[in-house]
Amino acid sequence: MTYETIIGLEVHAQLLTRSKMFCRCSADYIDAASNTHVCPVCLGMPGVLPTINQQALEYAVMTALALNCAIPEYTKFDRKNYPYPDLMKGYQISQYDAPLAVNGWLEIEIEGHKRRIGIIRVHLEEDTAKLLHRTTPWGETYSLVDVNRAGVPLLEVVSEPDIRSPEEARQYLMKLRTILQFLGVSSGNMEEGSFRCDANISIRPLGSTDSAVKVEVKNMNSFKAVYRALEYEEGRQRGVIEEGGRLLQETRGWVEEKGITVSQRSKEYAHDYRYFPEPDLPPMVFSRQWVEQLRSRLPELPEARRDRFLSHYGLSAYDASLLTASKAMADYFEACVKLKTEAMVEKRAKAVRNWLLSDFSRLLHATDTEIGDSKVTPEHLVEMLDLIDQGTLSGAAAKTVFEEMFSSGRHAADIIAEKGLTQISDAEEVEEIVAQVIATNAQAVEDFKKGKERALTFLVGQVMRQTRGRANPSLVNKLLKEKLEDSP
Amino acid sequence: MNLYNLTIHQAHQLLKSKEVSSVELTKAVLKRIAEAEEKVRALVTVTEESALLQAEQADQRIRAGDFTPLTGVPAVIKDNMCTKGIRTTCSSRMLENFVPPYDATVVEWLKDAGMVMVGKGNMDEFAMGSSNEHSAFAITSNPWDLGRVPGGSSGGPAVGVAVGEAIYALGSDTGGSIRQPAGFCNIVGFKPTYGRVSRYGLVAFASSLDQIGPMTKDVTDSALVMNFIAGYDPRDSTSLNYPVPDYTKSLIPDLKGLRLGIPKEYFVEGMQQGVEEVMRTAIAKLEELGATVDWEVSLPHTKYALAAYYLIAPSEAMANLARYDGVKYGFSYEGESMWDAMERTRELGFGPEVKRRIMLGTYALSAGYYDAYYLKAQKVRTLIKRDFDEAFKEFDVLVAPTSPTVAFKIGEKVDDPLQMYLSDIFTLSLNLAGICGISIPCGFAEARVSASLPVGLQIMGDAFAEEAILRVAYAYEQATEWHKRRPVL
Repeated sequence: MTYETIIGLEVHAQLLTRSKMFCRCSADYIDAASNTHVCPVCLGMPGVLPTINQQALEYAVMTALALNCAIPEYTKFDRKNYPYPDLMKGYQISQYDAPLAVNGWLEIEIEGHKRRIGIIRVHLEEDTAKLLHRTTPWGETYSLVDVNRAGVPLLEVVSEPDIRSPEEARQYLMKLRTILQFLGVSSGNMEEGSFRCDANISIRPLGSTDSAVKVEVKNMNSFKAVYRALEYEEGRQRGVIEEGGRLLQETRGWVEEKGITVSQRSKEYAHDYRYFPEPDLPPMVFSRQWVEQLRSRLPELPEARRDRFLSHYGLSAYDASLLTASKAMADYFEACVKLKTEAMVEKRAKAVRNWLLSDFSRLLHATDTEIGDSKVTPEHLVEMLDLIDQGTLSGAAAKTVFEEMFSSGRHAADIIAEKGLTQISDAEEVEEIVAQVIATNAQAVEDFKKGKERALTFLVGQVMRQTRGRANPSLVNKLLKEKLEDSP
Repeated sequence: MNLYNLTIHQAHQLLKSKEVSSVELTKAVLKRIAEAEEKVRALVTVTEESALLQAEQADQRIRAGDFTPLTGVPAVIKDNMCTKGIRTTCSSRMLENFVPPYDATVVEWLKDAGMVMVGKGNMDEFAMGSSNEHSAFAITSNPWDLGRVPGGSSGGPAVGVAVGEAIYALGSDTGGSIRQPAGFCNIVGFKPTYGRVSRYGLVAFASSLDQIGPMTKDVTDSALVMNFIAGYDPRDSTSLNYPVPDYTKSLIPDLKGLRLGIPKEYFVEGMQQGVEEVMRTAIAKLEELGATVDWEVSLPHTKYALAAYYLIAPSEAMANLARYDGVKYGFSYEGESMWDAMERTRELGFGPEVKRRIMLGTYALSAGYYDAYYLKAQKVRTLIKRDFDEAFKEFDVLVAPTSPTVAFKIGEKVDDPLQMYLSDIFTLSLNLAGICGISIPCGFAEARVSASLPVGLQIMGDAFAEEAILRVAYAYEQATEWHKRRPVL
């Protein structure tokens, strides 16, 4: 039987506000010593009261607008009650039945087909403290609480169960992250935990509209983990059904090392959160004017930028999508193209694209570097491209030069001078080498004369080898052809 | 006259004219505490050392000519308002040794005004109770009859003011906790409009109902204290940014043209005969002072107020008290495991009334019960507010007894929660509606086996109508002598 997979995702993204959601403590805690970004409010001490971070509200509304959501006029905070040592007040200030935004969507592309994934709601809440579980040398376990993270603004984005495969889930997450990054409201770093994802997944016979037993999957710490966990879960659920078993409505955790999900708690033990309206924070009424003002402040979003790259720089749709997959990449690309140069815009755009999507991406990936942190600035890259255009640097030698630029951060011109990699465009010098190559490769010369075009490529390669890639390739080509045709 | 029996305005005159120094006044009050405390147990903590230091500073301010009507005047703060460096217990084992690193906004503002804090007032644990019998440390006694309760939950501050352990006090009122003990102890208890006084630093019981207010020896003192504690506080999102008048300007000894309504639902069976008699005499007095009185006002949803209150307040309390788990501060039981430690901390740290309310709230908000209990209670709350809105279209203030009875005996109701809850029947509607009210001394009623006991007159005003109720209270007070009676210990 063929099954259909139904996935809904719940994403929590920390917002890049200066202060926390309900107090003035700094929200930038990643490098801070434990329990230094704390105050009576985020410690949940007796008698203290929350106050709403205006910036967080703005970021949340902007995100909701970018996700095509409706912003109801009325919204409020609620208390979500559950006891746990990472929850300072014994309840989390969240939003329950009147979320900040509803009914949105975002678009993903699967094998060239565009698909809209619905977004049920977007709401604001506060992050919890971090528990650090430790063991003493004599085997006793204990936990430490780091309250720095408690109260950091969290944006929750809940999708409709519109996602049909692990790959779509991955695309959805990447797209959502890109939007957050383009808005500048979240770093979207999954490994650091500033962007987290829980999934609901079920399967049902294709064509059926019955609601199937839903499993919640947690503990996925990377895009790859989400993909793998959902793929595993899809298979596991199919296996259970095909063996005539019954699926349980439960929460399962992804175990990265083993590549499996394991049961965490079943429905009978589900929390009763006893939500009720937060009496310490009056409900909020957003004026249309304020919402429209925020809408007008929205920066260019990934799709708009992709379309502009397409029309402005003559890129293919595929390349434009790749270059706008992350804000950092798109910014880098555009910074390069906009730097003053002799080159025509489209020609330069093509060259930048070539470098960004090949050698540069490969090196970034290999060294696990973000493009924004790379030692190669847009100025450095453009300088190198100018040297190629001027004929000072050959394309072949440029690969070596770029690798050096990438690892050392030095200028292309300095590397070229130091390593003697200046392109040889002097006809006499090249002629000499061409003559040598013809003299020592009699077989290839003969082949060429018999009409084998590939022999020419071989001979060009030999000249390039002798000059360590420095010879100007078009000059080599021209001179070789002349010599070969001249000779008997 | 003993210095400790002074009102704020009397003390201020003596301080200003330098006939008495703040140190002298503070010492007199501290001495009074030393003699009276054994009998009344009104205080959880006496802050003698810091009080004398504050008194010296106050004297310097007075000498420098930089002072306010509160400068150098000794006060007691109910022990659910955070005081920096001084333990704040809420009369609970849970917070027995909790020392806040911050002041409540009201404490901060009173310190700026020159307050001398002599101690922290005993109370029902976490402000849950109407008799002070639910204090984890000591039962406060009513100074008019030591075998009777002082009312609650601000019983300690009420008794403190009544016997001169303080010139004035701050209490908090969630369902009557300022007004009812004020009535039982023959002092003035003022509950401002919700949002008028910042709650920042007030340890929360029921956040949508709690409000801080003055407990004083006369109406003028309440107006004076209000001048310093009312106002917008950006740290409390429910505090309202609304101009603060000079409340002493509303102290006019005449009621001409004022329209008084008497809600008939507040004169019901179950009210003590003595209380009703005193009340009728007091209302006649108000009429005599120039007010028109209508006895036929109806607040039809009053009968649902108690039920609504005992769903909403415990629901909020359930969440507000969830933070006391022994992990961060306060009492902490070293358990076998994490859950054991948290559960045992709460089992041993909270008293029975607190646990009862946590259970009530947990139940009222549980899945499947929310609509029937919490939500319905909120709807009733809206109806109660509308009752008042309607009444205030026709009347400037409403007048009723503060409590249906005089102070009851210690032990009389402690095992019967429902009877205990009924003693707030006339006060808690105001908290549900968020409006203001004041209880002032209006006479004494005979109680069996006891000397006569004080009765409180409750004057209720619309939201931000503090000036109207102060005016009525002041006019009545000027025309009578009840507030001058002091208990003899």
